[in-house]
Amino acid sequence: MSVKHSLLALLERGPAYGYQLRAAFESATGSTWPLNIGQVYTTLSRLERDEMVEALPENESGQRPYRITDAGRRHLAGWFASPVRAADRPRDELTIKLALAVTTPGVDVADVIQRQRTATLRTLQEYTRLKADDGADLAWKLVLESMVFKAEAEVRWLDHTEAVVARAELPAPSPFGPYEDSAEPSVPVEEKR
Amino acid sequence: MTVLELRSVSRVHGDGENAVHALLNADLTIGAGEMVAIMGPSGSGKSTLLNLAGGLDGPTSGEVYVEGTALSTLSKKKLAALRRRHVGYVFQDYNLVPSLTAAENAALPLELDGTGVGKARKAALAALEEVGLDPKIADRFPDEISGGQAQRVAIARALIGERRLVLADEPTGALDSATGEDVLKLLRKRCDEGAAGLLVTHDARHAGWADRVVFLRDGRIVDSSSPLDEPESLLEGAE
Repeated sequence: MSVKHSLLALLERGPAYGYQLRAAFESATGSTWPLNIGQVYTTLSRLERDEMVEALPENESGQRPYRITDAGRRHLAGWFASPVRAADRPRDELTIKLALAVTTPGVDVADVIQRQRTATLRTLQEYTRLKADDGADLAWKLVLESMVFKAEAEVRWLDHTEAVVARAELPAPSPFGPYEDSAEPSVPVEEKR
Repeated sequence: MTVLELRSVSRVHGDGENAVHALLNADLTIGAGEMVAIMGPSGSGKSTLLNLAGGLDGPTSGEVYVEGTALSTLSKKKLAALRRRHVGYVFQDYNLVPSLTAAENAALPLELDGTGVGKARKAALAALEEVGLDPKIADRFPDEISGGQAQRVAIARALIGERRLVLADEPTGALDSATGEDVLKLLRKRCDEGAAGLLVTHDARHAGWADRVVFLRDGRIVDSSSPLDEPESLLEGAE
């Protein structure tokens, strides 16, 4: 998640100081991603160094608001204009877990899948309940919907994986070669291609 | 209060080596105000369970109770009467009678049960209003209303009179996602008002509206989630 771009986007609404930015961020995302105030100030000073924001004079209560610059606006527009690439997202622990589950001896893959599906559905029920609250504002609803769609996709992927695994009759995972073999000169990967 | 209870219910087709266990020792209890979703792959026994719950099919062993009455103790005639008075169905393709108006469709269970036309129509209009339908829709025929409206009529029909058990089989199947969502919201609302709902769905998004989700695989209930915690604790742990 890009704190930098989020702060620029919030400053596009008008000048604000750190605590206001943190509060606005959390209100827009329904506190789904808590942001610590230190992170906000570190990011603001980096943005200032890169001339994407400028500090305004302190107000009477000693808070220093920041304002987005033209360079900051261009940068923000660029962010909104670019899709999020898969490689920018963190690695998915569940995918890795299941990939390992099908290749690890003694793991009941169907059980791993069922446990995950129950947990994901539980999460989905919780999001749905939050969504049913008609008072929620648009940004928060949007965040919730995004989480609902992701949970739904995960369940569909689990269903699919379960069906594929059930059909596949998993072969016993091949053990790593015995140590003796490693004494032989190994063939470089390039040559195999 | 328990509206539907399945006690160790099995349904076997054929016998001996050819026996197919469509459902095996299923236990399930649904109370008033509760909505339960059933999920599972094709052929896992979802529809069998729904048909047994509504008395459309009888179990090979075990017992189904609707509002405290054991279905196996009833004569065919009494079973039909119980179905009319206590159980409502909502199907994927609405199953409205094309030659009857929306109000007549909603009033049908009451009329079949001997309620006078005037009284039945009055109840139907109230039921249509409860599902959020414009009174103007009441005298239109099924082919003159949208899919979303037709499904609302079907829900009104399912819950008209004193019926509290609604059995829904993929009720959003033919609808676009936003309209489908409205139908689920409506079912949820009717359950919140005291109905008991059993929803068969393959769609996790729709199961999200339920209080509990039951998973079936090869005729067995493999998992059943407990009811949700109170809303206050919902966001803890969300990151």
